[in-house]
Amino acid sequence: MTKFFDKKFETMSREELKKLQNERLIKTVHDTYKASPYYKKLWDSSRLDVANFRGIADLHKIPFIKKDDLRNAYPFGLLAKKLEDCVRIHSTSGTTGKRVIAFYTEHDLDEWSTTVARALTAAGAGKGDVVQIAFGYGLFTGGMGLHDGSRKIGALTLPMSSGSTDRQIEFMIDLGTTFLACTPSYAAYLAETIKERGLLDKIKLKAGIFGAEAWSQEMREDLQNTLGIKAYDIYGLTELEGPGVAYECECQDGMHINEDKFIAEIIDPETGEVLPAGQKGELVFTSITREAFPMIRYRTRDIAILNEVPCSCGRTFVRMSKPLGRSDDMLIVKGVNVFPSQIESVLIAKGYTSNYQIVVDRVGTTDTLDIYVEITQEQFSDDLAKIAAKEKDIVFALKASLGIFGTVHLVSKYSIERSEGKAKRVIDKRKLY
Amino acid sequence: MAHVVNQISVFLEQRVGTLAEFCEVLREAGVDMRALSLAESTDFGVARVIVDKLEVAQEALKKSGRIFSITPVVAVEIKDEAGALYKLLEVLKKANINLKYCYAVTTSLDGKAYMMIRVSRAEIDKTLELLNQ
Repeated sequence: MTKFFDKKFETMSREELKKLQNERLIKTVHDTYKASPYYKKLWDSSRLDVANFRGIADLHKIPFIKKDDLRNAYPFGLLAKKLEDCVRIHSTSGTTGKRVIAFYTEHDLDEWSTTVARALTAAGAGKGDVVQIAFGYGLFTGGMGLHDGSRKIGALTLPMSSGSTDRQIEFMIDLGTTFLACTPSYAAYLAETIKERGLLDKIKLKAGIFGAEAWSQEMREDLQNTLGIKAYDIYGLTELEGPGVAYECECQDGMHINEDKFIAEIIDPETGEVLPAGQKGELVFTSITREAFPMIRYRTRDIAILNEVPCSCGRTFVRMSKPLGRSDDMLIVKGVNVFPSQIESVLIAKGYTSNYQIVVDRVGTTDTLDIYVEITQEQFSDDLAKIAAKEKDIVFALKASLGIFGTVHLVSKYSIERSEGKAKRVIDKRKLY
Repeated sequence: MAHVVNQISVFLEQRVGTLAEFCEVLREAGVDMRALSLAESTDFGVARVIVDKLEVAQEALKKSGRIFSITPVVAVEIKDEAGALYKLLEVLKKANINLKYCYAVTTSLDGKAYMMIRVSRAEIDKTLELLNQ
């Protein structure tokens, strides 16, 4: 039996949905133009005729908003409500120059928790369930996002946050957790630990909602088989609210985009041209119910495909594929966004050259980050301990900048391959996409 | 008899063939190695060598982009008999001189055995003096 949290919206006819999107889009565009100086400037400079804006038919005329805009407008430039009307912020894990702060009014939080409630309901959760949230709480949207949604459906919510595996398993057994929400890699780690300790028959898990990083179909099957559960995907970005922008139903065949709140487009990342449904391209989202931090034609840099074929669950919302890659060079390692340029900055600041290579892999369920960098004459010493200390020094500087630990390997000059054109700085050996 | 020798210390990462690549540079320059000692850490190592033609070797290494340094070490002749190394080390111990590392070399040139001893630069003169007594 398919369960809905918001049957009216989730199964609305396409015509009605389009009408609703149109109304909400026009209102969002007008409100945003008035309230946000950054958007006003951006739209004026591209001669957008806001007064005569007709809705979806004119959407393609609006210039994209990019991560760089968010950085330029930091912290308040994109705010479309008075700060005193905002009740919360969240922030991306990015560091210097890449941090994004998103603002929420009470209304925005309510909208967000509704999208999460839809996702949890679609995964089969409801009143009487015990939802264990092992996403990090705090500035990261995962923990509090799932928390508010779980509360909304009336489930008993365990605000565990990430880590402390022993305690997670203890609560899972003692409280009879039925739903688990965390990153897929942490779920895999938990599953492995539960299995190793022979506790599989003690857990009551029915399903899990996993997101915030890429995971493959193989990983889904692994999780489902090990834990005897259904593993559902959830999609979102801090810029757009957090998890809940799109969610999987019991068919597990693509994520339904909450189209009464977000309009999705697929574009050619090179030309910016809008592509027809079914074609692979970069996802662009327009929020149409967010008050404080509207995102209008936000380029996600995630590559995906939209599927307009009606889903057998009865939801009319279009489905997006799992992200199939990125149109920029961002890596997600151990759940943290990492730009190679951040690593380069640290290396250059420490006196190394830009001859480095980043290798990301996954050993078991854990991501590994290895950085190979050429040693310079100045840093060389006949004393091995001194060279090892140089490596450690980079490791800690990277931890301070990225928030995660990597392994640094000093290599001799010319051992990083030189290339004529674009240097191959990053090798991702994980089979994520 | 003890004297100071300039040793070449070369950075080598842990990878198949790095030592061979280094030796090839010396071969091409016609440089003969008198002594070789390898020290390794988890993912890199340092090759310490004494060569017959220091300047030629330096030039060749520079040209090939090697990362290296020149380190003065004390070479001391040692008898091939029981207790010879102990006697030598005892002298340094009594003088409170710390060894950073050392290695042994035998050579067919004079048929003798030598210890290559690395002490801090400040203690080189004192070490020479003690070992020459």
